[in-house]
Amino acid sequence: MKKYLFLILFLLMLGASLLAAPPARAQAPVPTPSDDAVNTIAKEMYCPVCENIPLDVCPTQACKQWRELIRTKLAEGWDEQQIKEYMAIQYGDQVLAEPPRRGLHWLVYLLPPVFLLAGVLILWRVFSRMRPPVATTTPPPMQDDLDDAYLARLEAELRQRQEEK
Amino acid sequence: MIENIGTGALYLSLLVSLYGIGAAAYGTWQQHKGRPAHAWIESSRRAMLLTFPLISAAALSLIALLVSGSYNVQYVYNTTSDAMPLYLKITALWGGQSGSLLFWSWLMSAFASAVTLRKWERDREFLPWVVLVSLVTLAFFLMLSVFFENPFVRFWQTIDGRQVVALLQPAGATPIQPVDGRGLNPLLRHPGMVFHPPMLYLGFVSFIIPYAFAIAALVTKRVDDRWIRITRRWTLVAWLFLSLGLVLGSRWAYDVLGWGGYWGWDPVEIAAFMPWLAGTAFLHSVMIQEKRGLFKRWNMILIIITYDLVIFGTFLTRSGVLSSVHAFAQSAIGPLFFGFIGLTLVASLALLLWRWNDLRSEGQLNSLLSRESLFLVNNLLFMGILAVCFWGVIYPLISELVTGQQVTVGPPFYERATGPLFAALIFLMGVAPLSAWGHSTWKTLGKAIWKPFIVSLIIITVIIIKGMRNPAALLAFWLVALTTSVTLYEYGHGVLARRRRTGESIPVALWNLAARNRRRYGGYIIHLGVVLMALGVVGIEMFQSETQGTIRVGESLSLGGYTITYKDLAVFDTNDQRNVARAVVAVQKNGRPIGELYPRRDFFYDSQQPMTIPGVRSTMEDDLYVLLVDWEAISSESATFKIYHNPLVNWLWLGGLVFIIGTLVAALPDKEHQPQKAQYPAALKTAAS
Repeated sequence: MKKYLFLILFLLMLGASLLAAPPARAQAPVPTPSDDAVNTIAKEMYCPVCENIPLDVCPTQACKQWRELIRTKLAEGWDEQQIKEYMAIQYGDQVLAEPPRRGLHWLVYLLPPVFLLAGVLILWRVFSRMRPPVATTTPPPMQDDLDDAYLARLEAELRQRQEEK
Repeated sequence: MIENIGTGALYLSLLVSLYGIGAAAYGTWQQHKGRPAHAWIESSRRAMLLTFPLISAAALSLIALLVSGSYNVQYVYNTTSDAMPLYLKITALWGGQSGSLLFWSWLMSAFASAVTLRKWERDREFLPWVVLVSLVTLAFFLMLSVFFENPFVRFWQTIDGRQVVALLQPAGATPIQPVDGRGLNPLLRHPGMVFHPPMLYLGFVSFIIPYAFAIAALVTKRVDDRWIRITRRWTLVAWLFLSLGLVLGSRWAYDVLGWGGYWGWDPVEIAAFMPWLAGTAFLHSVMIQEKRGLFKRWNMILIIITYDLVIFGTFLTRSGVLSSVHAFAQSAIGPLFFGFIGLTLVASLALLLWRWNDLRSEGQLNSLLSRESLFLVNNLLFMGILAVCFWGVIYPLISELVTGQQVTVGPPFYERATGPLFAALIFLMGVAPLSAWGHSTWKTLGKAIWKPFIVSLIIITVIIIKGMRNPAALLAFWLVALTTSVTLYEYGHGVLARRRRTGESIPVALWNLAARNRRRYGGYIIHLGVVLMALGVVGIEMFQSETQGTIRVGESLSLGGYTITYKDLAVFDTNDQRNVARAVVAVQKNGRPIGELYPRRDFFYDSQQPMTIPGVRSTMEDDLYVLLVDWEAISSESATFKIYHNPLVNWLWLGGLVFIIGTLVAALPDKEHQPQKAQYPAALKTAAS
């Protein structure tokens, strides 16, 4: 049991990290939010047209306007979570960098740990069938390369044989 | 005229492939019946060989059309223009859909033909099946080129004035000859993009060879490790090219895409990464079979997965499925790809099940800490990362199918899910080389690891004393330090032992050590490359910072000890049809001037697309990466810059280089002895008797 403990712990950590929602950072209302404040939010958003280009670096005019919209909302005192929710309602869930944690979308987060767990169980089975080496028939521990002491002995014996000839 | 030569060669190559499939199948059938079949099998081999010159003729015809600016051909019109330099006109061969598919077939035929030229004496029974599997794959791609994505289709004007695209001249139609082409997508006009696709494709197509041998081994019931030994070098070559393709692609993204990073977990990137993951697991896992005769079934499963991921990767990037499942359904080639993947997967797995009982392990695991056990854990981790990637790529499609709503699965998901798995892999890289095949105990492992372990602790203590407090980064640096210490320790150990025995100088001993067992020591170099790359990844993932601001001439922006001062901006046209806005910024580090950077925005008139080229100051410590985001149109008095500070990112490229060198070392033949299945007590007796 002890030998699998680290794998179980590791799996739990993985599952927990997948399930944990990123913390929403509240923004205090400011008159003109900086580009950096806008980009912090835009970095984890995507416009529905520019495939796979995060909003903070997308050079198109439409994305520029979206960034301005985020700036406006920040200036009105909205926080990151509110802005993301607003955008998702307006333009669909695909604007978010990750599917929202509800309904069918839970599958995204649950299936990889389940798969890994299945892998761990398979390994468990393989390891549980393991038999320690039997002293009389099992060769001594092996290196993937012939170890140096062995090689030295082999070479010395070969030299000796050649000399004998 | 050239178009007709290309078209003819393409059609002929498909016919020859189909003939080769038929000849190989008929030959094996005759063989099965006990009748002489050598002539048929030899004929299929020659058909395989013939595909290469035929597809070469088709590909060279397309290159000739691209270079000569034959804009009457749709593909040439879409991917080139007069303003493009010669080398880009040639590389436009893989700059669009139909050209890429033809290029894929070309490389595939080159590799498959090369395989048929090997000496087959000992493995005669594999030949027809290797030819058959290779030709079925090739014929599938050629069929796509011939019937759906023909690169030689031309523009025509019909009698009633309509513009049509067709391969052959419609009755009464006249050819349309556009004056200039639309030009290559500007993002693809970069040295990284010149070499990245060929490397990736080479990696893809060369993985088909070990798969073909695996299938041949299954069919012929020769299920020992012969197929693995024959294809070991092919697998390494495939892996080398795929790795090179991924590294070059990352470098291209860093230089061209203008978002300060090298890897965006984009589905297209993941499509290429998935076969690499499965292939890497396979590379490790086959060693267990070679050394211990274990896990034969698992190796078959891995190579089948790798092959189908190669096809799946091409499918993802070529079918339009990534933009929408509806685009996939509408595209002609999407469903065909889907069908082909399904068919090959089902057929391969059915074959595997048929031979299931013949693929029993010759022995069993003896110890949890043995090398083979740790390799199994390594396989689990690679498969875990693969599962995350696969699921992340296909879930948006499932969501769209089930709910009708598209979703994005972006970097935060992948980073969180794969981060711990990558960390565990690096830990294994540190421990596994010290464990022995067959049997290891905590005691033997502890005895082997304690010195590198102490070194890693000293390194991490120094890092803590220097002021690092981020726990995740400290863990990552410790893993890197441990693995590096173990790898160097193993090298040092080997070199000193050799020096004691032979009296060679250290460089000579180092050279001979690696030459004596290239696979082992090449592998260590690869591990070293990976940890160097990990340094770069940790640097950018955990310590990257960025800022953006609009500044007037003479004003400054600061980040990570750097200050940039806006000096000037010029907007001008170039001879190659670009409109360039080029800024000049002075750079200071900790108050000391260190030079100027020139971030710019190129607008390509032919394709009407912009491209952001960063100004980068690069050192082993960090990169300052400056982007020109916007500027005041006429006066240029103010401009918006985005700055990234990317610590340690250069270690990524250095690691990539070391990684490639390691793979080359591992792929070269051993100088003094071929690795044997470990049975040395018996060998000792034989040698001494």
